[in-house]
Amino acid sequence: MNNESLMTIFINASLINNFVLAYFLGICPFLGVSGKIETASKMGAAVTFVMVISSVCAYGINVLLAAINAPFLQLISYIVVIASTVQLVEMFVKKVSPALFKALGIFLPLITTNCAVLAIALLQTSKGYDLLQSVTFALGGGAGFTLALVLMAGLREQLEFSEVSSMAKGTALVLLVGGILSLSFMGFAGLGG
Amino acid sequence: MSLTDQNKTNKSFFSSLGEHQGTDDFLRGLWRDNPVFVQVLGMCPALAVSNSAMNAIAMGLATTFVLTMSNVLISLLRNFIPKEVRIASYILIIATFVSMVDYVIQAVSIDLHKSLGAFIALIVVNCIILSRAEAFASKNTVGRSLMDGLGMGMGFMFALFCIGSIREIIGSGTFLGLQVMPDAFEKWVIMVLPAGGFFTLACLLLIFNHFKLKKIKA
Repeated sequence: MNNESLMTIFINASLINNFVLAYFLGICPFLGVSGKIETASKMGAAVTFVMVISSVCAYGINVLLAAINAPFLQLISYIVVIASTVQLVEMFVKKVSPALFKALGIFLPLITTNCAVLAIALLQTSKGYDLLQSVTFALGGGAGFTLALVLMAGLREQLEFSEVSSMAKGTALVLLVGGILSLSFMGFAGLGG
Repeated sequence: MSLTDQNKTNKSFFSSLGEHQGTDDFLRGLWRDNPVFVQVLGMCPALAVSNSAMNAIAMGLATTFVLTMSNVLISLLRNFIPKEVRIASYILIIATFVSMVDYVIQAVSIDLHKSLGAFIALIVVNCIILSRAEAFASKNTVGRSLMDGLGMGMGFMFALFCIGSIREIIGSGTFLGLQVMPDAFEKWVIMVLPAGGFFTLACLLLIFNHFKLKKIKA
């Protein structure tokens, strides 16, 4: 199978091949929920949680599908598992912190269509990770996603106070800043083995 | 610019009379409500697979197929799907079509499948498809949903093609694999790297915003 060390997998997923800035996964929440640091970090935590759960489930499903020889059901079963996990998280957040539930708004149910989550499940399968490697991969991916989101939120909080030409306001500005962030993350390239 | 605007107002005027409705549905997705430039949806594939014009076309075609087929099927089933489980049903329908496309692309060209990578399977979570299913196909007739799916799909492909062409020409000096830049041209390698995707889309959005603001002022 695959014998990368857990440390390599974690650093690879979180920094070198950052899900948002190098793989372009989860751009929608990256543009949508990166207005405030607090919301961004909590969103990151929620996504990481969903990632880990669905990573474990995806591993189980993959073994099961291989046993009954039905790999064409892979995509469909992954997305069903992710959708149910998100539903679970949604109910949990609503019960525990209604304020956070409000702040995340539409982006909470939209974790289902967050490509980063589905990508974790798909990539771990194609890379042939075992269970422990898969969970590390999901944790690393989640950490990288949270890092990118929080960094962007911090930058945007500062940008609030600066004068920006009306032409560049909104998405265009966020994309420009994202590009610069992506450039700086390329500096991590030498880190991995 | 102003001439096409004139055309558009005429089109929407006709559609209010019940004529040319299909054309209007089609054109809306292609330009006025372009999924990438105007609605800013489906950003992940728009940035990730637009490092060459060829990839962009392939991705656009695959997405158009899934979008059109799922729009038609969802529109057919719109009176049978219970409201409570509609999103789950939509996702299942979309996932089925995406699995089909995935296998077709593998059969046609394994190289293409490799260069698009996980992003074919990730069409499932493309927000454009789910948003069209929810906002349009679940409320409208099969014919209109078909046109809407085609229009939105072509609009997405058009946007991807724009970004892809710019990145390929400046980043690798080629267009659709053919060399277009002279040998002396220094390639901007950054454009085919992830950061280039962000910058290209940002610049295109700046241009769009510029025209939008001009129109509001005028």
